Amino acid sequence: MGDVVKYLSDAGTRAALWSMLLDHVWLSLLPLVISVVLAVVLGLVCHRYRRLNGFVVGLSNVVYTIPSLALFAIIPAVIGTQVLNPVNVVLALTIYTTALLVRPVVEALNAVPAHVTAAATAMGFRPWRRFLTVELPLSVPVLAAGVRVGSVSNISLVSVGALIGTGGLGTLFTDGFRQRYLAPIAIGIVLTLALALVVDLLLVGLRNLVTPWARAGRA
Amino acid sequence: MIEFRGVTKRFDDGTIAVNGLDLVVEAGTITVFVGPSGCGKTTSLRMVNRMIDPTSGTVLVDGRDVLTVDPPKLRLGIGYVIQQAGLFPHRTVLDNVATVPLLSGWSKGRARTRAAELLELVGLPAELGRRYPVQLSGGQQQRVGVARALAADPPVLLMDEPFSAVDPVVREGLQDELLRLQAELDKTIVFVTHDIDEAVRIGEKVAVFREGGVLAQYAPPAELLARPADDFVAGFVGKDRGYRSLSFVDAAGVEVRPVETADEPGGDGRWRLVVDADRRPQGWRAPDGSTVPGGSLYESGGPVRGALDAALSSPSGLGVVVDAEGRLAGVVEARQVLDVIESRRG
Repeated sequence: MGDVVKYLSDAGTRAALWSMLLDHVWLSLLPLVISVVLAVVLGLVCHRYRRLNGFVVGLSNVVYTIPSLALFAIIPAVIGTQVLNPVNVVLALTIYTTALLVRPVVEALNAVPAHVTAAATAMGFRPWRRFLTVELPLSVPVLAAGVRVGSVSNISLVSVGALIGTGGLGTLFTDGFRQRYLAPIAIGIVLTLALALVVDLLLVGLRNLVTPWARAGRA
Repeated sequence: MIEFRGVTKRFDDGTIAVNGLDLVVEAGTITVFVGPSGCGKTTSLRMVNRMIDPTSGTVLVDGRDVLTVDPPKLRLGIGYVIQQAGLFPHRTVLDNVATVPLLSGWSKGRARTRAAELLELVGLPAELGRRYPVQLSGGQQQRVGVARALAADPPVLLMDEPFSAVDPVVREGLQDELLRLQAELDKTIVFVTHDIDEAVRIGEKVAVFREGGVLAQYAPPAELLARPADDFVAGFVGKDRGYRSLSFVDAAGVEVRPVETADEPGGDGRWRLVVDADRRPQGWRAPDGSTVPGGSLYESGGPVRGALDAALSSPSGLGVVVDAEGRLAGVVEARQVLDVIESRRG
């Protein structure tokens, strides 16, 4: 504990921690946002063309089993970026999170009651409008559960990126490990957990904001 | 007016859902499609708004072949009510009702005003408009479904087993409500049900379908009950059709005579009617002095079925007749009612 206080007493260290935290936030949340969009598009395709369903969900399972470190290392070779380029981490996490989210999106869309979509069609909705204003809003509760898992998974995976030198709170682990110094490791763990918790609370708040109807029945 | 001309629907798996249907639904009437499951009644209904397209033949709405109209445009002019109402769970009741006006390009304010009018029309309190469908009873949801279908004032209304998921008492209330609305709105309504009682109760004409998508009979309900076209229709309309057909016989000529009430002095050893201060029947005072619940009440002017049922269900054998306000008008005897029915035969 004394170590932690001493470590934090240095203004330069505190500034470095802030910058790591901010790096961590955007490195984990940008892929999340991109993934939600991609997963909704892929999910919609699977929902419309059911034959693709098995293929896409199977592929996403396989992708999700690729070790993260391997993916971080391979991507620069594949897309020709520098090893330290943050694009590598963003791309890798986008791939993971999309793989994670496709299945819940497909399931959420399939779970929209058939009589509700039939009623929408029969009232004169065109397919796109029906998707955006009926099916997508109704799949938010299931989608939100997936996004929460994805956010936690991303926040923890960004740390792994530190092994190949991209920023974020993971740097605290690699530094602490190299110097046999526990304080940065402890602070890294606390900040990572705190970040995950705050983001999760924000996501729950956002979900509740857009789905007041989901809790109406219990009032 | 809706017209089916030689309409056949064969599904990809080879089953024939509708087979050579020729039928005209007159404008401003309620026409009921009834039949066992798999008889093609719902398929026929759904060919009107192009939820399903026919394999061959033509469906015309107001003389226009529906296949020549862009489906979403066609559907904006055709109200649609389904079982379980199909309300949007994520929209308030008011926004559900405002759906079609908004799709048709109305302003939000105008659509909501119209939606509020419709809630009132279907007998729902305005404050329900702010709730979500899940907070409503099944019967209320169905009313919202009807309001939503009527919102843009479409000339045609398609109803696919709209009341089959609610309990019988609520269902009867909804049927009455539909008849009341129809008297006011004069829509062309096609109503699908598997319940023959519902069909004869609300239909001005009833189309009975049999398996294989063949129209077995198309007639007003009284004719259906009195003269079923074949054994299938006779079997489908059921064992009680003789009795049920009395719903279509008016009771003119049935003698309504006065009855002793329990508050009058004397009359020991006879059945006397118990009435409250407003002369509403409350039951019968039996000859032994005990009070027993009464039978069904017959509202004066209704069909002869109600008069006969009142007499048959009464412990005294005297059917109690009431006026529109529920006050005692007199009694009828089953024998007299039967005489009137017999005399109508000749």
